[in-house]
Amino acid sequence: MTTPTATRPPGRVLPGPVVAPLERLRAGRHYDANVYSTVDVHWTLYDRVLRVTPATVDDPDRDRFLLSKGHAVAGYYAVLAAKGFIPADWLDDEGGPDSRLGGHPDRTLVPGVEIGSGSLGHGLGLGVGTALGLRAQGRTTPRVYVLLGDAELDEGSNHEAIAYAGATGLAGLTAIVLDNASASHGWPGGVASRFAVNGWTAATVDGHDHDALYAALTGHDGHRPHAVVAVDTPAHPADRPDGSTAGDVTTPGSRP
Amino acid sequence: MTMRDAFVASATRFLDDPRTTIVLADISADAFTEAGRRYPDRVVNVGIREQLMIGVAGGLALTGQRPIVHSYAPFLVERAYEQIKLDLDHQGVGAVLVSIGASYDRAEAGRTHLAPADVALIDTLDGWTVHVPGHPDEVPDLLRDAVCGRHSTYLRLSMRGNARAYPQAGGLQVVRDAGPGAALLVAVGPVRDDALAAVADLPVTVAYTHRPRPFDVTGLRTLAGGEVIVVEPYLAGTSTRVVAEALADRPHRLLSLGVGRAELRRYGTAGDHDRWHGLDPAGLRRAVVDFLTSGDRTRGEPAR
Repeated sequence: MTTPTATRPPGRVLPGPVVAPLERLRAGRHYDANVYSTVDVHWTLYDRVLRVTPATVDDPDRDRFLLSKGHAVAGYYAVLAAKGFIPADWLDDEGGPDSRLGGHPDRTLVPGVEIGSGSLGHGLGLGVGTALGLRAQGRTTPRVYVLLGDAELDEGSNHEAIAYAGATGLAGLTAIVLDNASASHGWPGGVASRFAVNGWTAATVDGHDHDALYAALTGHDGHRPHAVVAVDTPAHPADRPDGSTAGDVTTPGSRP
Repeated sequence: MTMRDAFVASATRFLDDPRTTIVLADISADAFTEAGRRYPDRVVNVGIREQLMIGVAGGLALTGQRPIVHSYAPFLVERAYEQIKLDLDHQGVGAVLVSIGASYDRAEAGRTHLAPADVALIDTLDGWTVHVPGHPDEVPDLLRDAVCGRHSTYLRLSMRGNARAYPQAGGLQVVRDAGPGAALLVAVGPVRDDALAAVADLPVTVAYTHRPRPFDVTGLRTLAGGEVIVVEPYLAGTSTRVVAEALADRPHRLLSLGVGRAELRRYGTAGDHDRWHGLDPAGLRRAVVDFLTSGDRTRGEPAR
């Protein structure tokens, strides 16, 4: 079920259970578009894909979700609250002196958060190491999902990880790139090609279509790492406040 | 046998523990080929990718593995410093970092392969143990302590060293006792023999340690009088803060010797660099004599 609310950007329908926690977290502030661009990916992962619950956050056989673009935290916190990983009242004091929730997540403060992030380009390397650790332990069930942004791919550390994971066939790893066209110099030929040329399987889907996201997020072949490029295309150009093109509607936003 | 040989042999033995995972970035990969054949999932060579090397170590540690990460000192510590800060410390996990090359083991290679600032950089972080062995025979025990722990450790290996090993020198070990009232010289790792030679005819007690962090504060307070000399094989002054804090409640003078900050833009040998940085016995002796006599002058002259 999805419910439109006053907090959504023009033309966007938020996943129903996320609406209340996100509104509570927002507390009347303005949110950049990048908050909304990522909510559907967070929701689809936690609602349909990840084998992890509040009861299994320390289970070595859980799936891992690593938020590499640590500024995309509002939707993350909202989904964690909606799914019972964190108490809803934590949302009322984000960034406060005693709050466990800040502008970038800290894994030691928030149950269910696998990595602390914020500086871009760290999640995929940590994800590669996590997948290697699980493989060394013979754990074939859990999968490692890392969420990045297209601008984050500017950081060269990602390309170290993409090349290595592809060359060695690190099958337990999925990279999700939220493509809201915020990379200053773009990715001619598309984001997915950076992964595919290194031996990953890759799918590019509408980042707001839950069924398409689900199909892509479960589309790994078990032999190679998998990339899902979730494209943030506003639902309807007429809904945009300034009639801008798709590439302009989001802002690079809250990079540190 | 070099320190690196001792490290490779010890690290390979630790692979018997299923938690141990060795992470490499091509450097020394040849030495671990056989180990990699036996434990393909736990000897990981990521290629020439130092950011990934540390990131992988962080991820491995998050799953409960104990990573031993090894490369040349400038590439291990300086190139991927933010990964050390964030992928290990900020995640609340530890790793064992083992470097070779030291300050100028390969002086002829030039500035790109010199890392005199490595220990100072690690020292910006919280809770790290730093081992600087002075002899290959000191390496196995230090590596065992590091691998069996949970926290992060930096093990700094060098081609330089002393004639004899002191396997248990985490705390300050007196290697020359000049009696009550003598100045105390603390020699860290490979500089011990040269420091001993430098003060052979001077009233200076010499204590040795191969563990500059955590520094043996208790031992220092026990041994130190009013004059303390620290000789370190890396950036001069790296331990000044620690010594000053340890002796903050008593009047003392401190001389900090080590590798200079300026880029010399000279090749040559490690021995040449010792001389240029005043770390050869003659240079050390000059600095110590100046320090001790300037102290005499200070005491003997009225303040101006």
